[in-house]
Amino acid sequence: MRETSTMQQSALSGITRRRFVVTVAAGSAAAAALAMLPIDPVAAQEGPKTLDEAIKAAIGDRQPADGAGVISLDVPQIAENGNTVPLSVAVDSPMTAEDYVRTVHLFADGNPRPGVIAFNFTPRSGRAEAATRMRLARTQNVVALAELSDGRVLMTQAEVKVTIGGCGG
Amino acid sequence: MAKSQARVRVPKSAGKGEVVEIKTLISHEMESGQRKDKDGNPIPRKIINRFVCTMNGEEVFSADLEPAISANPYLSFYVKVEAPAELAFAWHDDDGSVYEAGETIAVA
Amino acid sequence: MRRIGIVLAAAGLISVAGAGVAYTDSIDWGTYQVGDKRSGYTYAQPETRAMQDDDFENPGFLLMDQAATLWETPDGAAGKACVGCHGDVESLAGVGATYPVYFEPWGKMMTVEQRINQCRTEGMKADPWKWESDEMLGMTALVKHQSRGMPVNVSIDGPAKPFYEKGEAFYYERRGQLDLACANCHMDNAGLQLRANTLSQGMPNGFPTYRLKWQKVGSLHRRLRGCNDQVRAEPYERGSDEYVNLELFIMHRANGLPVETPAVRN
Repeated sequence: MRETSTMQQSALSGITRRRFVVTVAAGSAAAAALAMLPIDPVAAQEGPKTLDEAIKAAIGDRQPADGAGVISLDVPQIAENGNTVPLSVAVDSPMTAEDYVRTVHLFADGNPRPGVIAFNFTPRSGRAEAATRMRLARTQNVVALAELSDGRVLMTQAEVKVTIGGCGG
Repeated sequence: MAKSQARVRVPKSAGKGEVVEIKTLISHEMESGQRKDKDGNPIPRKIINRFVCTMNGEEVFSADLEPAISANPYLSFYVKVEAPAELAFAWHDDDGSVYEAGETIAVA
Repeated sequence: MRRIGIVLAAAGLISVAGAGVAYTDSIDWGTYQVGDKRSGYTYAQPETRAMQDDDFENPGFLLMDQAATLWETPDGAAGKACVGCHGDVESLAGVGATYPVYFEPWGKMMTVEQRINQCRTEGMKADPWKWESDEMLGMTALVKHQSRGMPVNVSIDGPAKPFYEKGEAFYYERRGQLDLACANCHMDNAGLQLRANTLSQGMPNGFPTYRLKWQKVGSLHRRLRGCNDQVRAEPYERGSDEYVNLELFIMHRANGLPVETPAVRN
């Protein structure tokens, strides 16, 4: 079953309004196919529970070097709401076929599961920089691990204070 | 809502060798699997777990998302444009659905 | 207001010299401030404002994209679509800024949501949308968004007057176990800290709004229910006369501030 819907992107500076198409391969057929796979959905979704386990799962026994000055991890010092915390990370790299950043793993050590996201780059990315928005259950450290193409791993971290609001409505 | 709605912002054209920013946003509740319903039963996890961007058929950027990513996942990243580019975007849902979008960048 | 200060201070909830006060008062907020009236935008943190500043990054637009499709899609026994009567949705520029309006056949006020359902049930012979459905939120946002940047311009003259007075009475009436009126927080103590939040003036010019807490777009009446719940009062139903009249009072209070739909707020 395929559904098609059109959508529009907003006109913003330097970029014209254009239309494009989203294809959705959704619904019962896909769900049925998934149900036949020999995967325990609960087990498959259980990732590492601690930061140490998560780091080990990501980089094995390699020891990360201090990434301060090479990785810039941009997160707010104080987050107004833990549901939507902006996160941006950039690694200083030439991003050539010989020397590039393969993956940046991001973890949050105070969430029920530390995993947040992994950004996978290629030399075609041109720049090892990406951004998203994350959930933080409470005040905690956000950890960035950068895996380089030569196998080295760099690490840095930053604390985000998550405020407890008075207006829960 | 039955359909996920996606938005992609891509420049229309780029200079040869230019590195340009791509922004994407898709409507999705990103149910974390950590919440319980009114009767105390766990609500099963249902998230976008993977995003892939290809340029002229080759993967240029991807992301593996965890339940800690906010609802309506937003991603921005960069691509280096060496030639006229056909960009394809795919968001993979836990339920097996794949939401797709496409864009092109001309080389000025 | 001495009493509220005492009540909130006793509960450890309010701090007079909060961090949010000093930095906001010295900033030129442009159109987000008109005289003493300040949009909720001016109380938000920079990251939250940035999400609203760039339409692409504002997730509120996702529902409006969907509503733009619904605008052109026939629905109901009459086989009509919004576009058939109204033309392009841009034709509604300015309209959303005047709601709620007095609706003669009902003999009372009508919100944008109620106007949409009136079109659906009477004009299109379609089922009404639920107040907090994605369809209703998206369409309400799409209609109000056509007035974005225009000043809120709600009339309380003539037949609207008695409903305005009811809304005003609600606004000043203490309620709930905390015994607080809307005015206690949003008039007397706006700008002060309630725990880690800065109390805003409660201006509704950005609704339906994408709220970080909700992680989705929600209606003004959902927010009002949240406020009432927060003071341990029994909330009213969305679309109730109480909330429609209160919407009239607070929208009129926001007259002159720009429509920001879909705003992004904490």
